[in-house]
Amino acid sequence: MSGYVPVFIFAVLIIAFGVVSLVVARLLRPGRPGVVKLTNYECGAEPIGSAWVQFPVGFYLVALVFIVFDALAVFLFPWALVLRSAGLAAFWVMAVFVAIIGLGWLYAYREGILEWK
Amino acid sequence: MALPPVAWHALVAFVVLNAVVLLVTYVTLLERKFAARMQSRIGPYYVGRPHGWLQPIADALKLMIKEDIVPAAADRGVYNLAPVVFLVPCMLIFATIPFAPGLGVADLNIGVLFFLAVSSLEIVGLFMGGWGSNNKYALLSAMRAVNQIISYDLPFVFAALVPVLLAGSLQMSAIVDAQQGLAFVFYPVLGQLAFVAYLVATLAAENRVPFDILEAESELVAGFRVEYSGMKFALIQLGEYAHMLGTSFLGALLFLGGWLGPGPAWLGPFWFLGKALLIFLIVTWVRWSFVRIRVDQILAISWKLLLPATLVLLLATGLVVATRGAGGV
Repeated sequence: MSGYVPVFIFAVLIIAFGVVSLVVARLLRPGRPGVVKLTNYECGAEPIGSAWVQFPVGFYLVALVFIVFDALAVFLFPWALVLRSAGLAAFWVMAVFVAIIGLGWLYAYREGILEWK
Repeated sequence: MALPPVAWHALVAFVVLNAVVLLVTYVTLLERKFAARMQSRIGPYYVGRPHGWLQPIADALKLMIKEDIVPAAADRGVYNLAPVVFLVPCMLIFATIPFAPGLGVADLNIGVLFFLAVSSLEIVGLFMGGWGSNNKYALLSAMRAVNQIISYDLPFVFAALVPVLLAGSLQMSAIVDAQQGLAFVFYPVLGQLAFVAYLVATLAAENRVPFDILEAESELVAGFRVEYSGMKFALIQLGEYAHMLGTSFLGALLFLGGWLGPGPAWLGPFWFLGKALLIFLIVTWVRWSFVRIRVDQILAISWKLLLPATLVLLLATGLVVATRGAGGV
C-alpha cells in the first residue's frame, strides 16, 4: 500500500489548494449582498417555488441498465490483465458472459428502455 | 541532501500540482486563440502583448476579487462544498500519469483503473453544485449531466481497455513500454476504431459540444454552475479543464505512445505534452465545428451504438491477444 502515500499527499494538496484559494478570495473580494442580488437567477423572472423536484423515472431506468454493464466492467479489468497467459479458454468464458449480458441489453432494447421519452 | 521519502513525495506532488494548474490556465488561452482563428477573429490580444499571454493570469486575478454571491434559497453547505468536491477528482486523475519514465506522482500498478475510477467521481461534485444551488436550470443541468456521464462512462472504459488488453498491464509506464515498436493507434483496425471510440466518449464525458446539453446556453444558461461566481466559479472551471486535459493525457498515453518519440530522452515530456495537446485541439476543433444534439440522440448514440460497438471491439481485441499469446504487438 506504500505506493498510495504519494497519491494521498497529492489529494491533500489539491484540497488545500481549493480551500486556500477560497480563503484568499474571501479576504480580497467585496461583499455587498442585497435581497434582489440573492434571489436565484431565472433570467430576470421571480422564481416560483423550490427547484427541488422529483426526478422523471427515465433517469432511474438508465441508471439500472448502467449498473448491469458496470458490473461487467468490473470483471473485464482482471480479465484484460491475465488474458495473454490464460489464452483462448479465458476468452471464451468472457465471450459467453458478455453474450449473457448482451441478451439483457437486447431485452432492454426491445422493451424500449433505451429510448429517451 | 537526502530527503525523507514523505517530504520527497510531498515536493513532487507540489510541483506536479502547480504544473497542472499552470498548464490548465494556459490551455484556456490556447483554446480561445484556436477558437478565434477558426472564426477569423484575433482572440485575447491586449492583456500582455503580443497575443494576450497574460490573459489567463488576469482572468484568475479578476475572478479572485469578484464578489461571491450565495443565493438565499441555496443549501449553503452543499453549495459551498461543491467546488472543492468537484475539483478533487478532476485534479487527482493526474496522480497516476507519469510525464516521463519515473517523473510523476505515483506510477501505480493499477494506474488506468485508478484514473477511470477517480475521473467518474466528478459527477458527485457536479450534482452537489446543481442541487445545492436550488436553481431550476442548475438542477435540470445536473440531472442531464449524471444521465449523460454514466451513459458514456461505459464506452469510455471499454475503449480504454483495448490498449490495456494489447499491453497486458494497467500500469501507465508498462503501457507506454509496450508501444516501443508501434503506437497502439497504428495497430491494424483495432487501434484506430478504439481511438475514435475513445475520442467520442471523451467528448461526451467532458460534456463538450456536440454533447454539451447540460450547459446548453440557449436553454439552461450556464448549466449547473449558473449560480456560482468569483473563486468558486474559477475552481469549477479549473476542474473542468483539468479533467479535459487529464483525459487528453490519458489518450496520448494509451494510444499515441506517451513520451516515446525521436530525439534524446529529455524530449520525452515535451513529446507527451505535444501529443496530449494534439488530442485537446481535436476536441476543441470538434467543439467549434459541430452543433449540439438532442438528449435522446445523445443517449441513443451511447446505448445503441457506442456501447455494443466498443464491447464487440474489446472482445475482438481479446481474441487477437488470446490467439497470438505472449507475442507483443
